[in-house]
Amino acid sequence: MEVINKKQTSQRRSLSSFIMHVHPTVVARDTLRFTLSFGLGGMASTLCLLLFMTGVLLLLVYEPTTLNAYSSVRTLVNDSGFGSWVRNVHYFSANILVFIAFLHFLRVYLTGATNTGRQLNWVIGIVLLMLIFLSNLTGYLLPWDQLAFWAITICTSMLSYVPLVGESLQMLLGGAEVGASTLSIFFVLHVVFLPVTLIILAVWHFWLVRKASGLVQVEEETSSPPIRVSTSPHLVVREAAVGLSLIAIILLFAAFVNAPLLDQANPGLSPNPAKAPWYFLGFQELLMHFYPTFAVCVIPMLLLFTLLALPLLYDCSLPAGRWIGVAKGRAITFSTAVCGLLLTSIVVFVDDLTLASDGGAITFDWFYRGLLPTALIVVVLFSVILLLRKMFSLSRVQSGLILFTFIITVMLGLTVIGIWFRGEGMQLVWPW
Amino acid sequence: MKSPDLSKEQPQLGRRLFLNRIWLLLASIVAIEFGWVGFKILKSKSNSRVSTELESIVVAGNISEFAPGSVTPFPQGQFYLACLDDGSFLALSRSCTHLHCSVPWDEGKKQFVCPCHGSAFDLNGDVLRPPAPRPLDLLHVRIENGVVKVDPGQVIKRDKFDPSQATRI
Ligand code: FES
Repeated sequence: MEVINKKQTSQRRSLSSFIMHVHPTVVARDTLRFTLSFGLGGMASTLCLLLFMTGVLLLLVYEPTTLNAYSSVRTLVNDSGFGSWVRNVHYFSANILVFIAFLHFLRVYLTGATNTGRQLNWVIGIVLLMLIFLSNLTGYLLPWDQLAFWAITICTSMLSYVPLVGESLQMLLGGAEVGASTLSIFFVLHVVFLPVTLIILAVWHFWLVRKASGLVQVEEETSSPPIRVSTSPHLVVREAAVGLSLIAIILLFAAFVNAPLLDQANPGLSPNPAKAPWYFLGFQELLMHFYPTFAVCVIPMLLLFTLLALPLLYDCSLPAGRWIGVAKGRAITFSTAVCGLLLTSIVVFVDDLTLASDGGAITFDWFYRGLLPTALIVVVLFSVILLLRKMFSLSRVQSGLILFTFIITVMLGLTVIGIWFRGEGMQLVWPW
Repeated sequence: MKSPDLSKEQPQLGRRLFLNRIWLLLASIVAIEFGWVGFKILKSKSNSRVSTELESIVVAGNISEFAPGSVTPFPQGQFYLACLDDGSFLALSRSCTHLHCSVPWDEGKKQFVCPCHGSAFDLNGDVLRPPAPRPLDLLHVRIENGVVKVDPGQVIKRDKFDPSQATRI
């Protein structure tokens, strides 16, 4: 009897320790504060779980052919049962995941969780963020409605502007003409390739957090070690509370609000305005101002490289465990953000005016609309930062913070303009 | 386990290193093969794709049906037939030269305005408003016995409108 009991408990323990293997056994009490992480990483993993489960259910109904894709989704939506609810949950989780993952990315940088021991995880985290964007992109192509069709058309055309490899990449994705092979390739990417890569990298991501002994914490001046508490129950109950409430909110929301589904794809008629989903509108805005090679390839690469390199090569991690813990950090962030937003809106507005003049003499070539403005922006940005450093004798960390905040607010500003300030024919309009 | 004799350990390490290298080599061969097979499959797929290009000639109609300065859409050939002010004809592909959205003709403004990133083109297909990098592509137009015929088979790219591009009687 006793032996059996022991066996059972040991089995149970093995199960729970398997579930818990991503956590260290003890965590510093200091890191349990909700306002340190806002539970964003946990929320993102909860959403992934929800997405996998609903995704498998949707797979049972969806048919990845150009003939049947739309009708299979349409039946799902019209069906009064749980079908449309499952689709809604999938749709809203995916959208919220983009938002939460982005906030998580901000949180990690701003609380300085990028110092030694966490650098590889910063890189993995950015790759995960890219994978989330790609999963969303390939996902909204699948229903084969108007949004899907024109988004695929634009994306595959965008590839042809990538230097050197663009043409062959486009061939692999089914050629310039959007059709059956394009859909099946995006389907495979969405249901196999991206989720598998995501899972592998996510597990690695968790394990590296554990290896760095949990969440980032303040480096104590005193030599006394931080107070530690056991993970179960202290951390686990907190995670469960956040995760379960998030699930509850989404399930409820999905019961009342329906995910959109436009008309069936019509190769002859682009919707007007043809807008990408909200998280790509900043990118779409870039396409309106820069020569395609630069909007598609050079500028995103520069951004990605800067964000990757900022905490790694340049050695400007913020102080660990506190939000923007560097001296004058908040003031710097705030003023940079205001400047960034103002500059973005002014530049977009002025550029739109010059484009609108019907002279017909505007040269939209790779030099005047690509290399020149890109180089100008980079040079001006770096000289301004250098100048500020000299004038206010800022530290490395502070100038890094300026660069980071500036990049983020410009991207946010472009996205906001794309969402609310673009109307028919993608003209600038007031949202009211 | 102590092994003070280094000379004895040397060949062991060498063998381990050698085997590890072999494993690494095998693994990379497998990865390369996998990538190559995937590439081939995708390639063969894109080659065997049924060409959706429209082979047949579209008979647009009699010259007299088109007023100078008018634009007539031909959805079956995916183009617009523009009758210029001097009565000559241009067949303009309807896909935007920026990222291939389908551009509608705005009769009021006398412009093609792209709904995706706001490019505008005039009657000749010339760019009025970027981001489109070049004018709308052309298709071959022939006029036989007063009937306008368009061949949607191949598109002609151009940098600028030139009156010689238009077909007249
Ligand atoms: S596709 Fe026409 S402007 Fe971009």
